[in-house]
Amino acid sequence: MNFKNRTYWLFLLPTLLALLLVLIIPFFQGVYYSFTEYDGFQVTSFVGFDNYIKLFSDEQFIYSLGFTAAFSAASVIGINVLGLSFALLVTQKLGKVSTLFRTIYFMPNLIGGIILGFIWQFVFLKAFTGIADVTGMEFFRGWLSDTETGFWGLVILFVWQMSGYIMVIYISFLNNVPKELLEAATIDGANKWQSFWKVKFPLIIPAFTVSLFLTLSNAFKVYDQNMALTNGGPFGSTEMATMNIYDTAFKVQDMGYAQSKAIIFLIIITLISVIQLYITRKKETEL
Amino acid sequence: MKNKERTHKYTMMFIGAIVSLLWIYPFYLVFVNSIKTKADIFESTLGLPGTPTFENYPTAFAELDFLLTFFNSVLVTGGSILIIVLFTSMAGYALSRKPGKTSTAIYFLFAICMLIPFQSIMIPLISLFGAVDLLNRTGLAIMYLGLGSSLAVFLYVGAMKGIPKALDEAAIIDGCNRFQVYWYIMLPMLKSTTVTVIVLNAIWFWNDYLLPSLVINKEGMYTIPLKTFYFFGEYSTQWHLALAALVIAMIPIIVLYMFLQRYIIDGISEGAVK
Repeated sequence: MNFKNRTYWLFLLPTLLALLLVLIIPFFQGVYYSFTEYDGFQVTSFVGFDNYIKLFSDEQFIYSLGFTAAFSAASVIGINVLGLSFALLVTQKLGKVSTLFRTIYFMPNLIGGIILGFIWQFVFLKAFTGIADVTGMEFFRGWLSDTETGFWGLVILFVWQMSGYIMVIYISFLNNVPKELLEAATIDGANKWQSFWKVKFPLIIPAFTVSLFLTLSNAFKVYDQNMALTNGGPFGSTEMATMNIYDTAFKVQDMGYAQSKAIIFLIIITLISVIQLYITRKKETEL
Repeated sequence: MKNKERTHKYTMMFIGAIVSLLWIYPFYLVFVNSIKTKADIFESTLGLPGTPTFENYPTAFAELDFLLTFFNSVLVTGGSILIIVLFTSMAGYALSRKPGKTSTAIYFLFAICMLIPFQSIMIPLISLFGAVDLLNRTGLAIMYLGLGSSLAVFLYVGAMKGIPKALDEAAIIDGCNRFQVYWYIMLPMLKSTTVTVIVLNAIWFWNDYLLPSLVINKEGMYTIPLKTFYFFGEYSTQWHLALAALVIAMIPIIVLYMFLQRYIIDGISEGAVK
């Protein structure tokens, strides 16, 4: 007994309408705006590919893309190494403590990027200075005041935030590794290390597909944390692509140009995600 | 062998405990400094407060207009959750019960939309909603429905495929209409998926800054992230107040996490794996 046509569309209507209004129409509208001079109220002229051409000589934008890419690379590695380590740690037979650990590692995820950014602003500015005062280690002084420490500050914040989330993904895959396989490996004399690399690891490759996809796309889209922690400073040197787009749109009010940046941003994210999915899926089948 | 196992266990516990301390240290620092005076923070950030003071809290609470701000957050998050759960589960029900080209195409449309990053539709979205006078909380809820629909629809379709169609048919023969089947039979059977959808979206809506900052422009309607942001701008040199505000802003979610951590972590892992 299938749905009657009318009821079928009635059930779909609200969601489809929202999808249309929020994503589909704005998407095409956005592609159009990217070819125009647009101030947010009206399109003043159609400029063809001018915005896109201009964008290639926009040093700050190119810089912000590079900065975002470097940030994403460092974060993705950090988050996945820590996330997997945490998952392995809490899936050992530790009794109730492992629930406590899991709860703690996951906690930063529940709090918004704005608040997390401010928390770490305090840690880097005040607590780090405190450490420098106490220990005399100059390394801790002046964090967030130059490009390099600003970069690592952002990476630390994001790794701290997301490792717990990725841990949860690895845990669910680790829990699906058949117990018999692990027991068999132990009987054959495998130690913990061997049973991880030879038994668990190959079986959780699909977890990498999911985790890498999530960490990569989330890292590229980071905005709140960037704004709250460094606000792009000093002098725009820690400005990520999303902030560059936002500022071009809502501070400079150059919406058409900002939109062309947004389209390039979309293409980059899509390309990276597709390439990553292709590579990791291939690894899944090879094993 | 037994001994070796025990050593392993304790080593792991030790490492786990060290990491845990490191992980909550930023929260600890924020809290401990929020109960210091301004001078105390300046003198020693790492140390304990000379005499703990809770004076910063009433000021921060009042400046955040916390009751109102909290209520705004509850309203935005709750309203949006209600809409997204209701409408996406309905859509998921329709898609899972009428296989064919139309449903496949719609499903595919949801999948594609999932890949669109927010920044690339942000500008036209705000223009469009501005033009139809929807830059308000209703508009915000519609935006969340659109942006969150893909994942929620996937989760619901996935879960409903596991429920036998014979159940619907029996109910319809007994005289139920489609909406009744959906409401009285399907929805109650989908509790765990609904929990997942609620958890994933609630965390997002509650903490979101960028979208509300573009949509909500009346100060009396600010949500917690918005208010925290503006508060910080004003009080950036007064850490004692700013930190107290951060603690207040975090309390609701931390309390909720303590009570619902099992559901929250399970919800996240289900949503992530599917």
